[in-house]
Amino acid sequence: MSQTTTQRAATRTGAVVEFSGVAKRYGTHLALTEFDLTLRAGELVALLGPSGSGKTTALRVLAGLESCDDGGIRIDGDDVSALPTSRRDMGMVFQSYSLFPHLSAGENVEFGLRMRRVPAPERRERAAAALALVGLDAHYDRFAHQLSGGQQQRVALARALVTQPRVLLLDEPLSALDAKVRVQLRDQIRRIQTDLGITTLFVTHDQDEALAVADRVAVMRDGRIEQVGTPEELYTRPATPFIADFVGLSNRLPGVVRHGFAEVHGVVLPLLDPSHPDGAVQVFVRQEDLTLAPAGPGEAGPADQSGRSLAGTVLISSFLGSLRRTSVRLAQGGTVVVQHDVRDRLQVGDSVMVRFSGAPVPVQAAS
Amino acid sequence: MSGGFRTTGGVAHAPSRFVRGLILGVVGLVFVVPFVAMVEFTLRRGLVGGYDLHRWTELFQGGLTGEYKPVLVALGNSVGLALGTVAIILLLLVPTMLLVHIRFRRLRRALEIICILPISIPAIVLVVGLAPVFSVVARLVGSGVWTLAFAYGITVLPFAYRAIQANLDGVDVRTLSEAARTLGAGWGSVLLRVLVPNLRRGILAGAFIAVAVVLGEFTIASLLNRVNLQTALVVVSKNDPYTAVILSLIALLVAFALLMAIGRLGAPRRSRTRRAVTASPPQTATPTLTPTGDRP
Repeated sequence: MSQTTTQRAATRTGAVVEFSGVAKRYGTHLALTEFDLTLRAGELVALLGPSGSGKTTALRVLAGLESCDDGGIRIDGDDVSALPTSRRDMGMVFQSYSLFPHLSAGENVEFGLRMRRVPAPERRERAAAALALVGLDAHYDRFAHQLSGGQQQRVALARALVTQPRVLLLDEPLSALDAKVRVQLRDQIRRIQTDLGITTLFVTHDQDEALAVADRVAVMRDGRIEQVGTPEELYTRPATPFIADFVGLSNRLPGVVRHGFAEVHGVVLPLLDPSHPDGAVQVFVRQEDLTLAPAGPGEAGPADQSGRSLAGTVLISSFLGSLRRTSVRLAQGGTVVVQHDVRDRLQVGDSVMVRFSGAPVPVQAAS
Repeated sequence: MSGGFRTTGGVAHAPSRFVRGLILGVVGLVFVVPFVAMVEFTLRRGLVGGYDLHRWTELFQGGLTGEYKPVLVALGNSVGLALGTVAIILLLLVPTMLLVHIRFRRLRRALEIICILPISIPAIVLVVGLAPVFSVVARLVGSGVWTLAFAYGITVLPFAYRAIQANLDGVDVRTLSEAARTLGAGWGSVLLRVLVPNLRRGILAGAFIAVAVVLGEFTIASLLNRVNLQTALVVVSKNDPYTAVILSLIALLVAFALLMAIGRLGAPRRSRTRRAVTASPPQTATPTLTPTGDRP
């Protein structure tokens, strides 16, 4: 490989992408509104949200597959809002299998280079290299129907990367795959993205996927970004109850806020936002912030002496391989789900104490 | 269950070789009997009895260049009209269907109704409506026989539409075109390099039907006073039924050749075994996508 090509690869990757005030309407439905997001050079940002939150629309607007009704998009400072898709210089992997069925895997990968009038020998060389990058160099002559779903998506990834695009767009590329392949390909995408240093926008509705691969995650709701942050920030300091509920697995419990603390059935917990006004609230407590202990003879009451535990009865306990998930009906009413060590076997009807770890909790004013 | 069908647990699978042969034989017979009858008819020696080739030899020893030359001209007209009709299908119907399928999906039902409509209108009624239109066409571009292609373009719409739509429903046209566009393809390349190759089967079927319909069309050409193969054969048959049948057989051979040529043109690519051996990617390919992490 020539030094020039290496340098070109270095200079072509890692673009800065800026959405500013982007809006998109479908009839009367606002799919995107006041959408602001900046992707730093070489960063992988995941757009996470429930169905209909506008995440795919945002990606399609960036790709030029949808026009934006308001606002603009800049890549490295250049306004690309008016450019057709074919001239935006982006690579994209779609949710559904999108390999051209009449072309072999190698020819699929060559397609973007052919459109750029790259000479045939160089085309073949670069396509083979791109396929090698995803571990499919031996499948150059296979057609889409001769490849598994995971292999097809890897060829699609090679096809998207071979032109050295400024930005890589991934539109739920793993959603059609089975769980094991999904995790393998997810890790492979992250490794390749990090190695190439290509700015990437990854759309997904799967929070595990988003938290596992992204440098930053933007959680979307109703066409807007609710919060942008590192996976850890989102998980430990959710800005809104929606995020607390959407990211991770939380229990919702009725409680009261008094003087900057939340109280749930007598258990006092610190607030994530201590400035929250007093009043009735819904308290979000993560499953892993609760632990279970057998109820002792002196703990027959609804709360123990420490003030951090509540008594309850096991409703159901599920074995999940590496952990166990148990539902407990609290003596004061309501049900909580607790994740715990797989070796702690509980029977339905067992009396237990549910202990709160004391981690700060987000709350939402009760409606 | 019949012994002709292999079954597993009571579920019928493909018919056995014998049953397949039987079905093929019966269907083949239905097609072959008229041809054999036509050939037999042209070989008859009239009242004398027996068979010979004298009608065929007479025709080819000067007949085709003489009084039957108009039939050759008419055959040329029909072949030209068939190609013109196929061109209308390829240049008008296919792009319209793709545009509606990709960009204006709400118009699909309307397009379907418009395309299917001609099948419910008898040819005679169609001609009554077309006559005033053709008087305008004649004033604008003349009254050449090729103008019939416009009418034939309408009559073959239902058949061509159905054939192409069936293929279109089986291909994720939208995703494929979007994938091609993100890879730098303009709409022309999307159409020619991605969509048409994947709709080859439907387009071919549409073209086949168009050719078959046009070569056998009589009513519209006759009522609009244009000469095509069928109108010419009717004229000949009134003077000499034997020659008309010989010419019909020749016309059928031309039609078969045309259909086979279209089929060959649009045949999908064969196995890649040879290509895999001769044109496999270089094993020592220099990776062009160099991970930044590997840079010195």
